[in-house]
Amino acid sequence: MIFASFVGFGSLCRSVELPMWLGLASTATGWALPGQVAMVELVGTGASLAAIAVAVALSGSRLLPMTVTLVPQLIAPDSPRWRAYVVAHWIAVTSWLITMSERHRLDRGARTPFFLGFALTLWLWSLAGTVVGFTVAGAVPPAMMLGLVFLNPIYFLMVLAADATDRGRVVALGSGAVLGPMFHLVTADWGLMLTGFAAGSAGFLASRAHRNAHRLSGTAADG
Amino acid sequence: MADGAGVGSALWLAAAVATAAAATYAWRGLGVLLAGRIRVDGAAFAWIGYVAYGLLAGLIARMILLPAGPLATTALGVRLAATGVALAVFFAAGRHLVAGVVAGVVAFTGLVALGVG
Repeated sequence: MIFASFVGFGSLCRSVELPMWLGLASTATGWALPGQVAMVELVGTGASLAAIAVAVALSGSRLLPMTVTLVPQLIAPDSPRWRAYVVAHWIAVTSWLITMSERHRLDRGARTPFFLGFALTLWLWSLAGTVVGFTVAGAVPPAMMLGLVFLNPIYFLMVLAADATDRGRVVALGSGAVLGPMFHLVTADWGLMLTGFAAGSAGFLASRAHRNAHRLSGTAADG
Repeated sequence: MADGAGVGSALWLAAAVATAAAATYAWRGLGVLLAGRIRVDGAAFAWIGYVAYGLLAGLIARMILLPAGPLATTALGVRLAATGVALAVFFAAGRHLVAGVVAGVVAFTGLVALGVG
């Protein structure tokens, strides 16, 4: 699935005439698909560098708590700090999930090699997917090329739908879907950022309200 | 941007890629800096997680409803129908991600190839 999703990304790069080497550079140096797709889409709509920086940063915020929790598992406190800064580049959703779930079965010294072996394999598959997507998009009939580009929004829609397990996320998903196109029409540069803040805050408040309601009803039942 | 041809355009695109890479690594680097020093289960982290989630939802909706690039040549009805197929198969198959993606992309490609779009 990772390979296929990066095939979609490679096709998306070709569709906005981003050269293959830059698509590859994006996968190699970014390696966070939501931010990469946001970057290519904003390039396609002619947004400013500042808008790209903010939207990509907001889309990648999950990497901070993931890194904060994974690094102490991987790197011994007495080992050089720069190692952690290098290793952190390969923290992504799948490499994080697998390493966090396997860490108890690994000696501390074996965790970083395990993580890097796993993450670098995924990373190389991602790079291969980018090349394949870019190459294939130029060689297949137009309908198939469009299908590969369409893979990007559909893949993320399914990822978000699979993750929409609490009320807050459902609210963020729904309001983001409504506000995204509207805010884009108002400001192509900052629409994505505004959508994130508005829909995300709505989802956050909904999750808090839901949790508080539960707590209150729980108290009532106890009393 | 797209209107500046040649080297200027390539430079601008490279700058966009570099900006995105820096904006992404910033979280990983900050994560290393703060590792072991902060709690990540507080309200601020929950909120920024929802912001990322809402932003992605907005991006997806915009890519389907108001696409940039070659998807703009396809009919809105085709994009919506394929999205509906993807969601229907996803839920029918017990929230199966791969089934939903394959169904949506195949439906979309088929409708476009048949000339509906």
